[in-house]
Amino acid sequence: MFFRMMTGALLRQRGRMAMIAVTMALGASICTAMLNVMFDVGDKVNQELKSYGANLTVVPRAASFLGDLYSEAGDADMGGGADKYLAEDELPKLKTIFWAFNIVDFAPYLESSALVKSGGKSANATVHGTWFDKQFDAPTGESVQTGMGRMKSWWDVKGAWAEDGSPCCEASGMIGASLASKLGVGPGDKVSVSDRSGADVTIAGVFQSGGADDESLFVPLWLAQEISSRQGLVSRVEVSALTTPENDLARRAARDPNSLSRHEWDTWYCTAYISSIAYQIEEVISNARAKPVLQVAESEGAILQKTQLLMILLTALSLSCASLAISNLVTASVMERSAEIGLIKAVGASSFEVSALIITETMITALLGGAAGYFAGLGFAQLIGHTVFGSSIEVRPLVIPLVTLLTVTVALAGSLPAIRLLLSLRPAEVLHGR
Amino acid sequence: MMNILELNDVSMVYGQVRALSNVSMSVGQGEWLAIMGPSGSGKTTMMNIIGCMGKPTSGSVLLDGEELSKLSSAELTAIRRDKIGLIFQQFHLISYLTALENVMVAQYYHSMTDEPEALNALERVGLADRAKHLPSQLSGGEQQRVCIARALINYPRLILADEPTGNLDETNERVVLDILRGLHEGGSTIVVVTHDPEVGFEADRTVYLEHGRIAEVVKKAAEPSVVSQEEFSLQHNC
Repeated sequence: MFFRMMTGALLRQRGRMAMIAVTMALGASICTAMLNVMFDVGDKVNQELKSYGANLTVVPRAASFLGDLYSEAGDADMGGGADKYLAEDELPKLKTIFWAFNIVDFAPYLESSALVKSGGKSANATVHGTWFDKQFDAPTGESVQTGMGRMKSWWDVKGAWAEDGSPCCEASGMIGASLASKLGVGPGDKVSVSDRSGADVTIAGVFQSGGADDESLFVPLWLAQEISSRQGLVSRVEVSALTTPENDLARRAARDPNSLSRHEWDTWYCTAYISSIAYQIEEVISNARAKPVLQVAESEGAILQKTQLLMILLTALSLSCASLAISNLVTASVMERSAEIGLIKAVGASSFEVSALIITETMITALLGGAAGYFAGLGFAQLIGHTVFGSSIEVRPLVIPLVTLLTVTVALAGSLPAIRLLLSLRPAEVLHGR
Repeated sequence: MMNILELNDVSMVYGQVRALSNVSMSVGQGEWLAIMGPSGSGKTTMMNIIGCMGKPTSGSVLLDGEELSKLSSAELTAIRRDKIGLIFQQFHLISYLTALENVMVAQYYHSMTDEPEALNALERVGLADRAKHLPSQLSGGEQQRVCIARALINYPRLILADEPTGNLDETNERVVLDILRGLHEGGSTIVVVTHDPEVGFEADRTVYLEHGRIAEVVKKAAEPSVVSQEEFSLQHNC
């Protein structure tokens, strides 16, 4: 009989119930879209920010101490001790740390001051040896392709990106726009570089970085090692990693990991905080110090938190609106059905039984609307993904129970004023038309 | 005759208005009592109190030995469900349920639904063939008969009818009165609130209200005679 009364009431009030379902569908669709985007926005924002450079710099521990004492700029020429360099052959270990998959790209650098000549012109410039686009097999067996080309996507390059090549062939390089202008060279020209030994480099491209790099020459790492007689060494590594925004735990751990309890330490180590990734890099690379590039790391955190806050506010706002609208619709429905409710009460239904009838009707309608809204929300999420981030948003199964829970909560909250009205309805007054 | 309902010194006050003023009366088991009086005399207030849809401001109401004035709203609902069958002037049928389902609603909130029994109740009021019809497909008289079947379905101790013929034409009025007469003859206790002298004439006893007080009580058996409230009280040990 309960089912018959409920379906009868639903069918009789199909217009109003359709309004409730549509209202709930709108609320649930925004909620679904926002939650899916919110859960995915971390990766999306990270990916966006990755195109603006590294967020971790790995330097030799000794150079780091001196750098901290004096200045970072002096790192390159602080002496020739091997402890002031990192070993190139250890770099593949970066892809073996716990958060290996979060290491998106990395590039080693070896800097030296050299005389660069072309035709009759010459200039003293910083020569950076690096991997332009290197492919190697990680110790895990994974094939990795990484290098500077992937991390300096904002450079304005005339010509082409240089290739890593090998010692058997002639090297190609990239020259900064200012240095190229001083030497009067362009793509396809040759320059000679001399430090402890000399070599010729074909300019593949001229770049404009908008920074100090415009005065530099970038050559393959093996060539930089050769001309500076530092075979197998690198002076620093820039790492681009996907990270989770820092919180109090991460900040405490960054100051001193030993201050954490065992449980806190496990939580911190198993979360992709920039400090825990830095810690894990130091564990696998000998004599290394991994330092977060704080401007980038903090920007990521701030952007992510603000974006997520915006999503939560939009979700809350849409659900509040849905709740208000449902409240009005259910209240109007109860007022319209006051004679029927009065009659049911008069024949002996308790307040609980009458409330259960109205809540069930509202809940079924809201859940149907919520289900439709969920699928519409998935569409909205993809629309947002393609419009804002240029890629699709991953559908998170976790959103289903969340949207269901929120739909039930909104329907219940929306029913409360109607239930109050219903409880105050006195059968005598309703049945006598007062 | 054992009393099924007793009102002792019952008053009902709404703000400044005294709807009932120190009313005492009783209804015996199997009796048919009519409550009559002009508008504003307190008939509806009395019906609400007897029907457990309101509590008096003062005085006591005993239904089947149970004191109603001290009960909570939920307890009054339970009494109404178990002991009272209500018949309304406006029928108050649920528009999207069939005649049969309207009868079964009272069963559902009482205990459990029993379709053959509900059909039997419709048969008693001569509507078995209209069981699957919606209220909108029934005449006024038929709707009132469904309302009566609904009131009877749980075998109430008291049938309380509010202007049961108020919305009916003469033919349907006769049909409804015949049904009520049949119920009375079967031993049911009936209290009818009415304006209609013909309905009042059918009752064993008619109580006339005026300004919230019992003005007179008329018995059916003898020639109509005016009985004072004091005499009425003495007769019924109130």
